[in-house]
Amino acid sequence: MNVLNSFRTGPDENGHFGIFGGRFVAETLMPLILDLEKAYEAAKADPAYKAEMDSGLKHYVGRPSPLYYAERFTEHLRKGAPAGKGAKIYFKREELNHTGSHKVNNVLGQILLARRMGKERIIAETGAGQHGVATATLCARYGLKCVVYMGAVDVARQAPNVFRMKMLGAEVVPVKSGSSTLKDAMNEALRDWVTNVHDTFYCIGTVAGPHPYPGMVRDFQSIIGHETRTQMEEQEGRLPDSLIACIGGGSNAMGLFHPFLDDPTVQIFGVEAAGHGIPSGQHAASLTGGRPGVLHGNRTYLLMDDDGQITEAHSISAGLDYPGIGPEHSWLHDTGRATYISATDDEALSAFQLVSKLEGIIPALEPAHALAKVIELAPTLPEDHLMVVNMSGRGDKDIPQVAEILGTSL
Amino acid sequence: MTTRPITRLDHRFKACASAGRAALVTFITAGDPDYDTSLTLLKALPAAGADIIELGVPFTDPMADGPAIQAAGLRALKAGQTLAKTIAMVREFRKTDDTTPLVLMGYYNPVYIYGVDRFLADAKAAGVDGLVVVDLPPEEDNELCLPALKAGLAFIRLATPTTDDKRLPTVLANTAGFVYYVSINGITGSATPDADVVGQAVARIKRHTALPVAVGFGVRTPAQAAAIAAGADGVVVGSALIDALRGTLDGEDRATAGTVGAVTSLVGQLAEAVRGTRREAAE
Ligand SMILES: Cc1ncc(COP(=O)(O)O)c(C=O)c1O
Repeated sequence: MNVLNSFRTGPDENGHFGIFGGRFVAETLMPLILDLEKAYEAAKADPAYKAEMDSGLKHYVGRPSPLYYAERFTEHLRKGAPAGKGAKIYFKREELNHTGSHKVNNVLGQILLARRMGKERIIAETGAGQHGVATATLCARYGLKCVVYMGAVDVARQAPNVFRMKMLGAEVVPVKSGSSTLKDAMNEALRDWVTNVHDTFYCIGTVAGPHPYPGMVRDFQSIIGHETRTQMEEQEGRLPDSLIACIGGGSNAMGLFHPFLDDPTVQIFGVEAAGHGIPSGQHAASLTGGRPGVLHGNRTYLLMDDDGQITEAHSISAGLDYPGIGPEHSWLHDTGRATYISATDDEALSAFQLVSKLEGIIPALEPAHALAKVIELAPTLPEDHLMVVNMSGRGDKDIPQVAEILGTSL
Repeated sequence: MTTRPITRLDHRFKACASAGRAALVTFITAGDPDYDTSLTLLKALPAAGADIIELGVPFTDPMADGPAIQAAGLRALKAGQTLAKTIAMVREFRKTDDTTPLVLMGYYNPVYIYGVDRFLADAKAAGVDGLVVVDLPPEEDNELCLPALKAGLAFIRLATPTTDDKRLPTVLANTAGFVYYVSINGITGSATPDADVVGQAVARIKRHTALPVAVGFGVRTPAQAAAIAAGADGVVVGSALIDALRGTLDGEDRATAGTVGAVTSLVGQLAEAVRGTRREAAE
């Protein structure tokens, strides 16, 4: 294998990360994504845009988010580990952001960009509802019209977030086509966008979609990794040894990983949703169980049948229930820079309960997948191994669903 | 620039132009509601008045299509349609019709998974004349467009109201067969295009190319088809035919005795309207 000078230079000018990425969209949308690319490049070079971002992240979102040593979780896992083993676990506390997840970092960037472009109507797709809530929130803050597409299945299982979006003044459109989950919400948002090209900005919630979205969303989320770097230097005087994050489309993971891609001592783990288990076929693990194909504007690993028809994903977590993954992850997978593993519904559910009891932090079901793999990996690693897990969101939105699964009526 | 292949499309558009009229382009989804019915319908289209056939390749996630064509694709997939079967349908069709141009229209993933080279060879051998692949803009020409032109298949590009004069040359560069003007910003079967505005758009495109320009997305009735036919080289009708087909299905989405006839009778009315309209700007 040829060794790259840097893993941090992508995408190229055509939006490719190796063979992945690209601009696979209908002609109607091409002029729009070219405009967006231009607007983003101009914004990046404008100190006024950066100042507005910095101020919003600090005063509205509440950044920086803490890097917290999860002492009881660490001690608990050391108890079951061989002598000298049991990594020291840190949580990057994205769940403390305004609106309760990492999604807001990206939305702030895109909404400020939409304002610069003079767009007054914002559309978004959402799975767990966290991206929808973040978008509805910033639209309320800036007085923009907001329409959120959400699969009908997800509308049912993430009821608290649906109500939140409505309170914030957004229109929530339940999508009943296909499997009625995140991929269908994205199809419907794209259909809206081709219909309302003149006044509408499509605020994509993860590192997927046509160029420039994957790179742009990653840039907005990279604040997670940049802060982690500084905070770990302050607390431990060195870099972490490993990073771990859950993957739906992959934005919280890319945000944590990207600033460390060129630090070869830092191991990187992405955790996909294994649903009922990979062999069952009912999962959302596109890298583990899929192959490269083209959907939603980019080439990436996808779940599909032999005819190239996209298959339905399954996960207990609405935010991970997507048959694709951001193209940069596909590239990191193929180059071997990052390692992708998966956690089942049951594993995530136990981690959800364990971490709630040990740390007084109720994680969302999405990062509970990453926590489930921490439970597996930490006891195999030395005690001086520093592991950072991205606590991408809080579990309040999941309370009704988890209560139902555990047989508790609220 | 790659040389443009000459196919049945060129002959048919020339013949219609000589007759001083636009071509009627009919869209149906391959395998909707099942393979046999769909093949029977396909074979019946030319006699009913279709000048050119667009055969939709079903895909689970058709992001440019409205509810009618989305549902047609899902019916076909449920009945077991695959890209291989769609190519087989074309092969069957060609046994009895060697002159009607046939274009496959769909999305890239099924072709990508079938394998681009194998697909082009099989499609060409089966008698396909051209391809419309919605999610392959000129920026992705290396994927399928250039190999298709090399293999002798026309690659038909969509031009839209958002394609301005600056972008048009990019869109037209590797287009062959005809230019498909999407008459509305939106998905198939949604809004109704304004014939005057469309006529001006067609004239604008024709200033940039000698290729015929066909207009589609949103044309439903014979009257609308006639209005568009006055100012374009071709009129594409899809969702209205799919709706006619769907209206005849039983409670379990199965074909009934009236299925093929419902579609061919609408095609007949559309053909009459198109044929009765003189092309205003016929060259
Ligand atoms: C808390 C949380 N984490 C993770 C995700 C998955 O998205 P991504 O992989 O883009 O971070 C979601 C998506 O809804 C989420 O709400």
